[in-house]
Amino acid sequence: MSGIAILFMIAGLCITWGGLGYALYIQFTRGKK
Amino acid sequence: MSNEASRPSWNSKMGFILSAVGSAVGLGNIWRFPYVLYANGGGGFLIPYFVAIFTAAIPLLILEYILGSKYRGSAPLAFARNNKKFEWVGWIPTLVSLMIILYYSAIVSWAINYLFLSITRGWGADPSSFFFSDFLGLSDGPLSFGGVNLSVLFGLIVVWGGTFILCSRQLDKGIEKFNKILLPLLGISLLIVIIRGVTLEGASIGLNVLFTPDFSQLLNPKVWVAAYSQVFFSLSVAMGIMITYSSYLPKKSDVVNTAFITGFANSAFEFTVSIGVFGILGYMSYQNNVPVTEVIQSGVGLAFTAFPQAFNLMGGFGNVLGVVFFASLVFAGMTSFVSLTEAFIAPFIDKFKIERKKMYMYVCIGGFAISSMYATGAGLYILDIVDYFINSFGIVFVGIIEAVVVGYVFKLDSFAEYANKNSIQSVGKLWFVSLLLVVPIFLTINLLLSIYTTITQGYEGYSLSALGIYGLGALTCIVLFTLILSKLPWKNKEDLEFIED
Repeated sequence: MSGIAILFMIAGLCITWGGLGYALYIQFTRGKK
Repeated sequence: MSNEASRPSWNSKMGFILSAVGSAVGLGNIWRFPYVLYANGGGGFLIPYFVAIFTAAIPLLILEYILGSKYRGSAPLAFARNNKKFEWVGWIPTLVSLMIILYYSAIVSWAINYLFLSITRGWGADPSSFFFSDFLGLSDGPLSFGGVNLSVLFGLIVVWGGTFILCSRQLDKGIEKFNKILLPLLGISLLIVIIRGVTLEGASIGLNVLFTPDFSQLLNPKVWVAAYSQVFFSLSVAMGIMITYSSYLPKKSDVVNTAFITGFANSAFEFTVSIGVFGILGYMSYQNNVPVTEVIQSGVGLAFTAFPQAFNLMGGFGNVLGVVFFASLVFAGMTSFVSLTEAFIAPFIDKFKIERKKMYMYVCIGGFAISSMYATGAGLYILDIVDYFINSFGIVFVGIIEAVVVGYVFKLDSFAEYANKNSIQSVGKLWFVSLLLVVPIFLTINLLLSIYTTITQGYEGYSLSALGIYGLGALTCIVLFTLILSKLPWKNKEDLEFIED
């Protein structure tokens, strides 16, 4: 795999899973049940 | 009993989130997104894709959550409670969801059949010929029905019967419990497919093709329209599902952050799945010594012909991976199917006070009877036409009308106030701009392009009579029943009265 392809794959994974993780984190730490 | 007192509710917030994610994550995430990503600039497509998520998908999702949660009703009740003149806006997505469940049940039936076939790799050495000739018994065209396929009919009994048994119960013991079990199973099964997919020999060839960016595509307006279409179809908005599901939330629930959770979960699923899918396609190209572009497929072709070919190449492990893959298709299909069924059933319970169990019985028996036409030799053709018309015209029209009515006729300020009062995150100017401008503009372009393409080029070479009977016929049924259902009186007129807290 080329370096740029790896970069875009990792960027996509970070944004989607990172976004989900962050939204879940604030739901459980600051959210109402 | 008042509507408020008798309204079902989720047992927990997590139950609602899992059900909403289960609805959003469907077959399109597995077989549509990887191809859209590849065909629209690979890695570069991520830029319009994420822009579309933040400026259209999540704002529309927040709007639907507010509508359901604030007015505590399925789509027609939510619109009628705001303004009785606009009850019809809620009936269109309700009937769109009916049209979808009728053919979606057939696709899930195919997946159930293939789950059993994959144990012995029953598709043989030529999966393509097996699928179209032996399995579907495809006829000469959409107007020639041929015989009825008993395997598909059996699958339909399982889908409709299973839905009745599981979902006609109370919400928390039915749909909520169902999603709490099926969604983790879907996650595990897809994880197995992805891990195996990326560790296959030649997987990197597929991933290279998928993620190498073509930035010149960013200047192509069609790529931006494709990004907006993808996020719009992928999130199950404009089908009445999210309005119905959020109407079962307790009063004053946080809807903004929940929309972010649903949106990101859906994107994370489809993005990760695309890695596994292109890993397997890369393996196929490596084994057959052909370019990846020659093995790339999407939709039905990817799941029922390309993947079985890949499983054939894997030897013994192909059987295991085949079972896991088709199980994940069944799980993804069923979680979306039950949400669509609930979106169709809830408005009738709200308006005509039909008992939940009875309503499910009527719909599952009637649904099975009508969807049996998809078990004939013309089934795939009819499905293809109806799916095209419903997606290209029905759902897109609902998205436009929903954004325009709420944005320009109802008071969007009061919706924002409701959301911000109860949510950890607040909506601001971007949300207003998205709903008032971005969503209507992009969806209108999408709708006009589809109308122009269909008029000038037709669709997939089908005859005008077939497109008229099935495609326009489905849209006409939606319009006709919308007019009838919105004119019928409410059993309890006091249900329409809405007092804001």
